[in-house]
This record gives sequence, C-alpha cells and structure tokens, in this order.
Amino acid sequence: MANPSGWKPSVERGSGAGTSGGEVGAGGSTRGLALEEPLLFEQGSKGRSGVSLPAAGTSHDPAKEIPGELLRGEIEGMPQLSELEVVRHFTRLSAWNWGIDTGFYPLGSCTMKYNPKSSEALARLPGFASAHPLLPAEMCQGALELMWHLERALSEIAGFAATTLSPAAGAHGELTGLMVIRAYHVSRGNPRKKVLIPDTAHGTNPASSALNGYEAVPLASGSDGRLHPDAVKAAMSEDVAAIMITNPNTLGIFESHIAEIAAIVHAKGGLVYGDGANFNALLGIARPGENGFDVMQYNLHKTFATPHGGGGPGSGPVGVKEALVPFLPLPVVVREGERFRLVTDPRERPQTIGKVREFWGNVGMMVRAWAFMRELGPEGLKRTAELAVLNANYVRAGLRGAYDLPYETETLHEVVFDDKAQKDTGVTTMDIAKRLIDHGFHPPTIYFPLVVHGALMIEPTESESKETLDAFVAGMRAIAEEAKRDAEAVKAAPTRPVRSRLDETRAARKPVLRWTPGMKIG
Amino acid sequence: MRYHPHTPDDVRQMLDAVGAKNLEELFRSIPEKLRLRRDLQVPPALDEIALFAEFRRMASRNQVEHPPFIGAGAYPHHVPPAVDQLLLRGEFFTAYTPYQPEISQGTLQALFEWQTMVCLLTGLDVANASMYDGATATSEAVLMATRITGRRRIAVSSALHPEYRKVLATYLASTGDEVVTVPYDRDGRTDLAALEKVVDQRTAAVVIGYPNFFGVIDALPEAARLAKKAGALAISVTSEAVAFGLLQSPGSLGADVAVGTMQSFGNPLGFGGPAPGFFAGRDANVRQMPGRLAGATVDKQGRRGFVLTLSTREQHIRRERATSNICTNSGLTALAATIHLALLGKRGLSELARLNFARARLLRDAMARAGFGLRFAGPTFNEMAFQVGDAEAVIARLARRGIAAGVPLSRWYPDDPSMKGALLCTATEVHDPELIELFAQAVRS
Repeated sequence: MANPSGWKPSVERGSGAGTSGGEVGAGGSTRGLALEEPLLFEQGSKGRSGVSLPAAGTSHDPAKEIPGELLRGEIEGMPQLSELEVVRHFTRLSAWNWGIDTGFYPLGSCTMKYNPKSSEALARLPGFASAHPLLPAEMCQGALELMWHLERALSEIAGFAATTLSPAAGAHGELTGLMVIRAYHVSRGNPRKKVLIPDTAHGTNPASSALNGYEAVPLASGSDGRLHPDAVKAAMSEDVAAIMITNPNTLGIFESHIAEIAAIVHAKGGLVYGDGANFNALLGIARPGENGFDVMQYNLHKTFATPHGGGGPGSGPVGVKEALVPFLPLPVVVREGERFRLVTDPRERPQTIGKVREFWGNVGMMVRAWAFMRELGPEGLKRTAELAVLNANYVRAGLRGAYDLPYETETLHEVVFDDKAQKDTGVTTMDIAKRLIDHGFHPPTIYFPLVVHGALMIEPTESESKETLDAFVAGMRAIAEEAKRDAEAVKAAPTRPVRSRLDETRAARKPVLRWTPGMKIG
Repeated sequence: MRYHPHTPDDVRQMLDAVGAKNLEELFRSIPEKLRLRRDLQVPPALDEIALFAEFRRMASRNQVEHPPFIGAGAYPHHVPPAVDQLLLRGEFFTAYTPYQPEISQGTLQALFEWQTMVCLLTGLDVANASMYDGATATSEAVLMATRITGRRRIAVSSALHPEYRKVLATYLASTGDEVVTVPYDRDGRTDLAALEKVVDQRTAAVVIGYPNFFGVIDALPEAARLAKKAGALAISVTSEAVAFGLLQSPGSLGADVAVGTMQSFGNPLGFGGPAPGFFAGRDANVRQMPGRLAGATVDKQGRRGFVLTLSTREQHIRRERATSNICTNSGLTALAATIHLALLGKRGLSELARLNFARARLLRDAMARAGFGLRFAGPTFNEMAFQVGDAEAVIARLARRGIAAGVPLSRWYPDDPSMKGALLCTATEVHDPELIELFAQAVRS
C-alpha cells in the first residue's frame, strides 16, 4: 500500500472490464488475468478419479448381506476429475474470492481481523486434529487441558464465573444463553414471556428469542444512539425474562447507562444478556460480568481471530454469573488435581439445560483461539482493544465531511456513516459499496444497523496499518467526489471483479439451487 | 507484537488526527466505575517458538498414534493432502459470509457445488449451505416438520445417535413439542410394530438413523411409509456419510428430509468439531428450510454467477419470524467435504464405500476368530457392536496400549442390561488388515 508508482486514488469511468486497466484503485486494484471456471459437474471425463485407495484385503459382496433395495452403485452426476483438475478448479475459484489475506475487509460488527498462520499450524498438530471426541479421558488429557485453560481465560477476560465452550457460533451461543436464562426462570417457577431487544440489535437476537418461545419486544434507542434507562423502565415487567444488549452497540457506541439499565432489569427479576459480537473493543478495558451482564456469548471467530472460512465454522462460548452456572449445558471440563475430565452425566449437574451440540463444541476453533490468546498475553489483549478503537476513530476522522455521520456520540471499535450527503447525486450506499470493490477494498457492512437509513458500518480492527486506512479513506473520499461529478460511473460499479452486479431478484424468483444435467443459466 | 502494525509514531499521528492526547482518552465514553483497572489474569505472552513448544506439549498428551476403532458419530478417514492445501488458500479461509457476491464468487460457486453434492448423495431436491453439526441439523429438521405439519409430536427411534437425541430434547425444551421414543428390536433396527403404534395424525415427523447408532442399516423405507401414511415427514439422519457411496439414497427410499454430518469427507476428527452438518429436503419445503442457500443467477452482462438467495427466510431479514436463528454455519468444513468428494468422484466414492464395507468385514471375521460375536444381527456398513464381556475393561486395557477400542453401548443405554458387554467399533480404509488383526487379538488378551 506504499504507492511507489504514484498512482492517484481514483477509478475513472470505463477503467474496468475491457480496458488496459491503466488506472489503479485506492486499494491498489487493477485487472489481472481472470479465468472462467465451470462447475465441477461440467468438466472431466468418464472414469477419472483423483484419489489413491488401498486394496480391500478381502472380497465380501455387500449384496450378500444388505437387501438389494438398499444398495446402490456409482452415483450419476458426481464429478469425474483427476487430482490436478480438482486442484485447478478450487485454485481458480479462490482467485474469485476476497479474504483478509487479500486486502482490507472493514465489515462492521464482523471483526475481520488477521487470522494468524501459526494458529492454523497448531490446530493441525496430529494430537489435536486426529483426536477422536470419544477417546477415554486418559488418552485425551491434552485436549481437555486446552479446553480447561480456555474456559478459565474467557471467564476471566469478561468477568464471569464459568463459560460453556459448546456453542458452535455466535447465534448458537445466543440460543444457549437464552436457554440457560429460561431454565433459571423455570427453576424459580415461571419461564416468563418476553425478551427486550434494542432496535440496534443483530437479527439473530430476536430469532434466538423466538426459538426459545419468547416474544421479542423492540426498544427504541435514544437520539444519541444509546439505550436509555427510561425506555427500559417503561417496558420492564415481571413478564420480561431478559434484555439482550450488544455493548458497544452496533453503532460502535458504549452503552454507558448499562449499570442503571441492569439494575432496573434485575429489580424485576429479569436477567441481562450480552451479545459479545463487539467484545473486541473491551478486551482488558472493561468486564461485562462486572458491568451488569449475567450472560454473554463470545465469538471466537471475531474477537479471538479464528478464521471465518467464508461462513463458518465459528465458535460461540457463553459465560455466565455464579447463579446461572448450574444451568450451563454439558459437557463441563473440570480439573481434579493434575487430571482433566469432561462432566457429561446430568446426574452430576441436575439443573443443566442438557446438550446443545454433539460432542464438545468446535474444538478446532478453540485451539486457534487459545493460540491467539497465548501469543498476545494480557498486555497484547488490551493493546488489541486500544488499537482497534484507534483505527476506527482514525477512519471516522478521515471520512468526516465527505459522508454524513448520523450520530455525533463518541464511538469505540466501529463507526456508522450513511449516504445522506450523496442523496442529491442519486448515489446510494449500495453504489458506494460496489465502487469500493473497484478500488480494491471489501465494502463495509451496509444497511445495518436498521436504525440508520443507508448505513455504512465500518470496523477496521487492530490488524490494519495507518497506510491501509489512509488508502481506504482516500478511496471513500474519491467516491464521494465522483458521485458529485459522475454518479453514473459509481452506479455502474463494480466493473473490475469477474462479475458485475448480480440479479438477486431473479435468483429468488426462479431459484436454481443445484446443478442439474444440461442446466442453462444466462 | 507482529499482529499490530502500529509504530509509536503511527499512534502519535493517528491520535493527533482524532484529537486525543493518548489511547486512554479514546475510552472516555465508558464510565470510570465500569472500567477494569488491573491487568487481566491470563498467562503471559509467548513467542512463536515457545508457543509451538507449549502446544506440542499439550498435543502429545493426546494419544493418536493408531487410528481409533471408535466411530459413534465421528469417523477416522484418510483425507488427501490436496484438500488441506486448497483449504489453506487465504481467499477461502479468511473470507466472510459471501454478502458481496461480486467478490465472493469462489465461496458461492463452491457452496452451490456442495449443495449439489448433498442432493446427489441424499437423493433429495435441495440442500442448504451447511449446519453446525448433525445433531443441530436434526433438531432444525424436526422444528421444520412442526412448522410444515402444524403438529407437535415427534417419533424418534431410540437407535438414533443418543447425542442427537439429547440435543433435540434441549431444543424442544421450550417449544412444548413432545418426543415419543420408539424402541429398537433384536436386530438393532427400529421396532416397526412399536413405531406403527405411535405414528398417527398428531405426528409431525419420524426420525430414524441411516445407518443408525449401532451401525445397523435401519428400516428407512418402512419408517418413511408409515410417516407418509400419517401425513408426517420422514427424517433420515446420517453421521457416516461414506455410507451414501454404497446405500440407496434416503430420498429414493421415501425420506422427506435428510440431515447429518459430512465430517467423513475432508474433515479431521478434531476432537469432535468443527465438521459440516448437512440439511437436504424437498423442493416443496424449501421456504421452510433453515440456513443459507446459494443460488445461480446472472450478472448485468448476462454471465452466470451465484448469490445467497431466498434470504427472506433468514434472521437478518425476518428477525423473530425467521425459520431459524442460524447465521454463521460450517462453510469451510463444507468446502473441505466438497473438495474431498470432487477428488473421490463418481468411481472413488463407490470404491471407498465398498472398501469400508470390506474392512468392517475383516474386523468382524477377526473378532469372530478371537471369540467375539455381534450384538445385533441387522445388516451393517462400516460399524458394528461386538459382545466382548466387560466393554469398559476392554477399553481401559487397550487404552494402556495406546489403542482406542470403541465405545460401550451401556454408557448410552444403561437401562438395557443386554447392552452390558456391547462394544461399538468401526473399521474404515485407515485400518489396514494387520492392525485389525492386532486389535482383535488385543481385545481377547
């Protein structure tokens, strides 16, 4: 991103497909040689295969043991490819993708930080990768020890009594946390009916509430982007099981009334659930468990740098205060002297909600997260939060004036702008996002949170250098200028990727969700 | 800190730009009484060499020298190195959910290919982009069945994986739906006479393992017929997906939904996760399905491309009325499975399945020679339960030799005294004939 050739941070109309690509985007984008790649099922030749299998060492005919109606031969339609064909296929597909390793990925509330390569190598140590989940305890002490350390560290970092590692993702953590809350209320005689959710919340919050049989009650946030005690007081009753609060919220604003809000909820016997999606801002800075929260899910694939993998796997451990510990799902890892053990028998935990996932959770993600934490240590964790907040505020300062900032309130790790300043040009948030792609940046989260019309939600994370942020700000500013001068060029974006804007309406009206022989699209 | 690019000079300049005197000032929106004013009590930072030493120490405390003879929902298989090398391309593993399709065509096309493979293997019309695991996929399938039928009662085979049944019970704790557990018969199959008695006009779904937890190829066609007659959905659950290379697809046998895990393709055991849960169903029910769907469309120039579609079912649009709360799923592990299945291909998958079948026969024969018969007479694929006397003692004895022998069925079926001596074992392509022989001898002595 050092700009040695002195290119200008602008992309001119027509500089995309079909041109020699003389212009360079603010993120360094040009056009390269991109190869069209058919589906796996549209290539290859009869009889090819890409594996080397041993001989069976015996001849047993399945037809002698299994009823004929249950047997099948080769599956029509499966690919027939050599190893190289498969390798080229996926290598070419990868080149059509954008990852953190490719460039800046400022997706708000997604915390797209760098995923350390050492974590990947450590997760692949055979001792972890090849361990069967049902190994006798004496054969898997290392995995149990790692889980125990991770559980203790997560509980310490957010200030909880104990943490379950079982949930497989953030939304799964929410579901689990609400199940724990429900079990707590049931143990006191009444599961209650409602969950309060501020209007800045992720869609998973109301969906998780509904799955638990709770009615989701939206709460309006104030004109400063914060949730105010009065709004909570007005909605709070003994029908309310919990309030779900993301802190900092999805505007990047710290819910500074949290202690008072928690007191209001607790006074009526309700509990406070924390959506930990934005916990990166608070590492070593504040502990939710000391700030009124009773339950919180951590997103290891956000805060603790495990890769997001194009849509998972994640890991969503849930920390709880002392009173809720008996309700945590199984298993629980315990240390007995020098020995570690999984508690799986509900007789040892009679109030447990039970199991929420098969086996013990996404242990591979736990190995990566623990590696990240061990490399950072206490100072590194705090420094992470500080630099994440510095980076977000630096981008905020850089974009001020070029884009409308709907809330002047101070922000932490992310900031939300909108497209109000571009309104007269006809350029929308969607156009800005797509034009950023031409410049060589992944767009921010767009049209979320819902309280901001045309939101552009930017979270740089601590991973990014000042030069990258400068280039991004330059790109965003170039787009704002271009919108005034040549709105159509912005609306035509993106021109540089292998595909231009895709017809999502057609995809939904005439769903084609799998390959079929002779399939014809376009 | 190598992951923090900021030099002291960068920090200074950036603080100036935002108008703050120091980093501390950036947090002034947090009330002082809510601040943590001590260091976190977590272990000190490690350099990379020390980090590797520490993780190697822990890894060495897991005994994985021999492939385990344990299946029970997670199966040891050989994964060709090409899978992991492709998976490690940062464009795949450091990508987010493909919300910006123009620069996510790699992930989207691969998901479309995964969905197609799941359809081909299960014999169903439509599959989603993956679930967390087999157990939660099963729970989501049951919830879908209650939405579609408007009924509240679920008939679940007791030969379905016990972990899946436990997770289902947790998911249903707050819905008020009722699970009726159907016993297994002497052959290790779901007791069809008992099933027929409980399936009626109030039944939303019949849930059956295929193969089931005992490794037995269960009576899916019969169960599906009973479900259909009552207007309920037949849900087929598979945790050893290599079986699809030998066994007729659930869809062709009458299942309306097929769920489970594809861990066996491309994914290491990893102490139980992550691995790709799968979910396939009929076209008619697609709008009730949970999870993401990749679909084909065209771009402005009319070129084929892929997008996430039918998202009005999902939480980020529909919020509390969504079909599920699932957001992040198991994308990268689904990609691993897709790559492995692409390498196997039409012939390789069939061969691998027959190889697994054969190796399990070697195990059965070796165990028979060592004096151990089968617990169940029903047909099996690559997993079966043996009568070994004291299963827990056998496991403890073999553990001392570094061999993971299997799992005792009595752990999950404590109320059935006849399960006392039953040891559930698997044999796959990674168990060579010599190791199988050694294992059988070790169980005896």
